[in-house]
Amino acid sequence: MPDATGLELIAQRIRTSLGDEAVTGTTYFREQATVDVAPEAVHDALAYLSAEDEEPWTCLSSLHGVDYLPAEPRFGVHYQLLSMERTDRLNVRTRLTGEEPHLPTVIDLFPTADFQEREVYDMFGVVFDGHPDMRRILLPEDYTGYPQRRDFPMGGEPVLFTFNEHKYPRWYD
Amino acid sequence: MTDDPLSVPYRERERSVTMEPMGAGDELHEELFTLNIGPHHPATHGVLRLLTTLEGEVVRDIKPIIGYVHTGIEKSCEDQQYWKVITFVERMDYLAYYFNASAYCMSVEKLLEIEVPERAEYLRVIHMELNRIASHLFALATGALDLGAVTMLWWGCRDRDLVLDLFEMSSGQRMHPRYIQIGGVFEDIPPGWVEKTREFLKLMPTRLDQYEDLLDRNEIWLERLKGTGVISQERALELGVTGPLLRATGHPWDLRKAMPYSGYEKFDFDVPVGHHGDNYDRFKVRMDEMRQSIRIVEQALDGLPEGDHITTDRKVALPPRHELATSMEALIHHFKLVTEGFRVPPGEAYTAIESPRGELGCYVLADGSSKPARVHMRDPSFVNLMSLPDMARDSLIADFIACVAMLDPILGGVDR
Repeated sequence: MPDATGLELIAQRIRTSLGDEAVTGTTYFREQATVDVAPEAVHDALAYLSAEDEEPWTCLSSLHGVDYLPAEPRFGVHYQLLSMERTDRLNVRTRLTGEEPHLPTVIDLFPTADFQEREVYDMFGVVFDGHPDMRRILLPEDYTGYPQRRDFPMGGEPVLFTFNEHKYPRWYD
Repeated sequence: MTDDPLSVPYRERERSVTMEPMGAGDELHEELFTLNIGPHHPATHGVLRLLTTLEGEVVRDIKPIIGYVHTGIEKSCEDQQYWKVITFVERMDYLAYYFNASAYCMSVEKLLEIEVPERAEYLRVIHMELNRIASHLFALATGALDLGAVTMLWWGCRDRDLVLDLFEMSSGQRMHPRYIQIGGVFEDIPPGWVEKTREFLKLMPTRLDQYEDLLDRNEIWLERLKGTGVISQERALELGVTGPLLRATGHPWDLRKAMPYSGYEKFDFDVPVGHHGDNYDRFKVRMDEMRQSIRIVEQALDGLPEGDHITTDRKVALPPRHELATSMEALIHHFKLVTEGFRVPPGEAYTAIESPRGELGCYVLADGSSKPARVHMRDPSFVNLMSLPDMARDSLIADFIACVAMLDPILGGVDR
């Protein structure tokens, strides 16, 4: 992991390259380095970190979403960058708000983002603009709602048996 | 071995099958044909559906369609106390349960900032490596079955059962043992377990030799694996492929070596790599990894230190059963842990370990309560599956079955 100083240096390099508003903050927690990046700057920041930076982060090991409810902005998307040369990790995080948040896709930088962005869309409803195949991946195509959101209720879906199938008229539609 | 599959003798006998595009035309034999494979097909290793586009017998494109065993485990975890989540995450990648539990527990330990006793780390390593052997054996057994080698299925499952016997002895369960706990392991190993494990470690190399005698000289096996499903190292890295699939392309990336955790830096082992990145290299890498796992377990048994098997922090780990009868404090701790669980300070942690299929990452978000606000598993099968179209494109449909077999996706982990 880059130490706290190294993290500030990385953040500073992103600022010099993309402007001051690109980086919204840094967190150094339990020896894990996180750069907070503004949503509109995500693609540029990752393009910078993956190729142009003096210490490039060439691999994206994980891309996942998270819902920070009740904090605002509530959604977060994490990009776990990995450098195999330096055996080091850096987390790039962006925070989003709104019912249907949008983010630029990073599939052109990291093809591995394909399924993972679809999963974030499936579970949190974050739309990745420019993704060639922005569909649900794990849930059925006609599913409504985004179940990993914290305000999505837990609970079962009705199982259809012959005795109760008349109670669920949607099934006949 | 050449890269041209048509130069393999048995391919030459099938000269009617050409790998060249036939060009779209009006004739019936010139049409592209869409074939649905799965979700319920034995060769798809679980509930995997593949929409293949065929031109004659040549695969032109594959679209994996997943989600048939999605059970919302990550969502369910948000409604469970931290120590109960282990039961859920173990059921994701159902052949590598010790790894799932370890990744999760290490994330929570990072948030709690608790030290794991050395003996517990050794026991974790021993169980994880035994689990790696069991998982690779099952991958080999079912993979060989897909290619028509039924004997290997029986032999592989027979020897995997020996590992499961060891798990049953140490934890009471053969699968999903819930052995790894936050702060250590559930129980110390019972008397006689070390001897039984050593017996297994002595037997296993002879069995591995038998498998190689059975498969590695088998004409059909070699011809179906060599030169098929090739993926370049650059493409594998782009797609985020890790584990034996990446090592088969010649990239020695192993988190146990690169970023050691759980005390892996204390053990002497090699990272086997392949040369061509084809299915045969994947098979060889898995075989060699089992040999290395045996070495690690031997060293861990030799150096197994005395001491606690779980942290003595009573706010996190249950007190020993016998203390409950005499100590009021132990009773209070027990009651609090079982009813409410323990609280984890707010924060987030991502921990990655090397599972039999690659980088298994676990992200945990804590909001200060006794339940996690988010548990996410970066499952290697899910990411590796993205490389299947690249492997199988422009090859014969039979080779693509070999690709799925050697890719070894676990659909419980893919769909979670």
